[in-house]
Amino acid sequence: MPLYRDEGVVLRTYKLGEADRIIVLYTRGRGKVRAVAKGVRRTRSKFGSRLEPGSMVSLQLYEGRNLDIVTQAERTEPLAGLRADLDRYGRATIMLEAIDHVSTEGEANPALYKLLTGALRELDGSGNALVVPAFVTRLLALEGVQPQVDECVACGAAEGLVVLAVHEGGMLCRSCRRGGVAISDEARLALSALVAGRVRQVLESTSAQAGQELELVAARMIEQHIERRLQSSAVIYEQLG
Amino acid sequence: MSAYARPVEVLIDELGRLPGIGPKSAQRIAFHLLKVDTVDARRLADAIVAMKENVTFCERCYNVAEGANCAICTDPARDQSILCVVEEPKDIAALEKTGVFKGVYHVLLGVMNPLEGIGPENLKIRELALRVAAEDITEVILCTNPNLEGEMTAAFIASKVLAPFEVKVSRLASGLPVGGDLEYADELTLGRALEGRHGFS
Repeated sequence: MPLYRDEGVVLRTYKLGEADRIIVLYTRGRGKVRAVAKGVRRTRSKFGSRLEPGSMVSLQLYEGRNLDIVTQAERTEPLAGLRADLDRYGRATIMLEAIDHVSTEGEANPALYKLLTGALRELDGSGNALVVPAFVTRLLALEGVQPQVDECVACGAAEGLVVLAVHEGGMLCRSCRRGGVAISDEARLALSALVAGRVRQVLESTSAQAGQELELVAARMIEQHIERRLQSSAVIYEQLG
Repeated sequence: MSAYARPVEVLIDELGRLPGIGPKSAQRIAFHLLKVDTVDARRLADAIVAMKENVTFCERCYNVAEGANCAICTDPARDQSILCVVEEPKDIAALEKTGVFKGVYHVLLGVMNPLEGIGPENLKIRELALRVAAEDITEVILCTNPNLEGEMTAAFIASKVLAPFEVKVSRLASGLPVGGDLEYADELTLGRALEGRHGFS
């Protein structure tokens, strides 16, 4: 069937030719989709602002041989908070980039889609710094990875856990410490709760200080998993932070 | 073994590298040039060389310029106290065509795009701050594109770069394009058009 409908989130866009863009979408039904939006850069384009990174849209696409073509797009949720605030937008770009790296074209993953849309909604509403750590732990869990935060990954000690060594896969105690990022007890407990799936509780009761620590750690964790630097985290944390 | 003489082949290859020109168009242009007078062909060649050799970026505003400063910066009729910040030199051409703006410009030579790793340090943002500090500027108009990257760049400049200075900072209005249909306008544009409505005078 050449024409199909789906819902999706715009992950990123590339300029194409004079006035077109390639839109990379993460859709509910088909996973990652790359499609051309014709004339989207013109002021009078019917798509307007709908196909910009972070937009949640309902789409009609025409199946192409290589790239699909967007024929219609309608916004499903306004997400105005993401556009209005630099910090929220920055956090959203980290999540979009992470999804772009872990997903494959033509491979649907409803759980991943639900995670992305849920996280964007939460970020849009509250702007909470812990949305990114919560998103990353859940994303890693979906990928089959889980950091060990309740005991030392080297000796198994449950006390004196001081650094999170992302390359080792979890916490290290004072005596096994080699490399890694020092994190406070509050941040470690919050991460432990996130791993256990108590997301709401962490979002509501964690201090800003611990949130900031976990945000930096979260970027490292996802970078370790995808085995490359996130372009956006470098810009967001070094420049805007 | 190529079908054409070597110089023709080379020209087709070179033309084919230009944006928007495919192998077929490159071939058509090459054969057209083969037919025209040597004088005309040389004029084109000279124009390309002259542009590459004489045009630089204006030291003050980073617009394209012949010499150290661009024509707008050196024009005494321009209002030096109003500064318009744009992404690319070609945006200046678009704004100049309106005939409405009489101030001067500052070109960022790009736009912030975290997804491609482009941050403020890759743009002429520091230079903008230095300019606002040194020159007698009363208003800065942020004329970056009305897309997500442009909006974020404008927000960054307004909140983190220009905040310490006593200048009025404004942003281009967004609304409906003249001659368009309301029903095709996207929600965001229509919403902003409503917010920015004005009474009949």
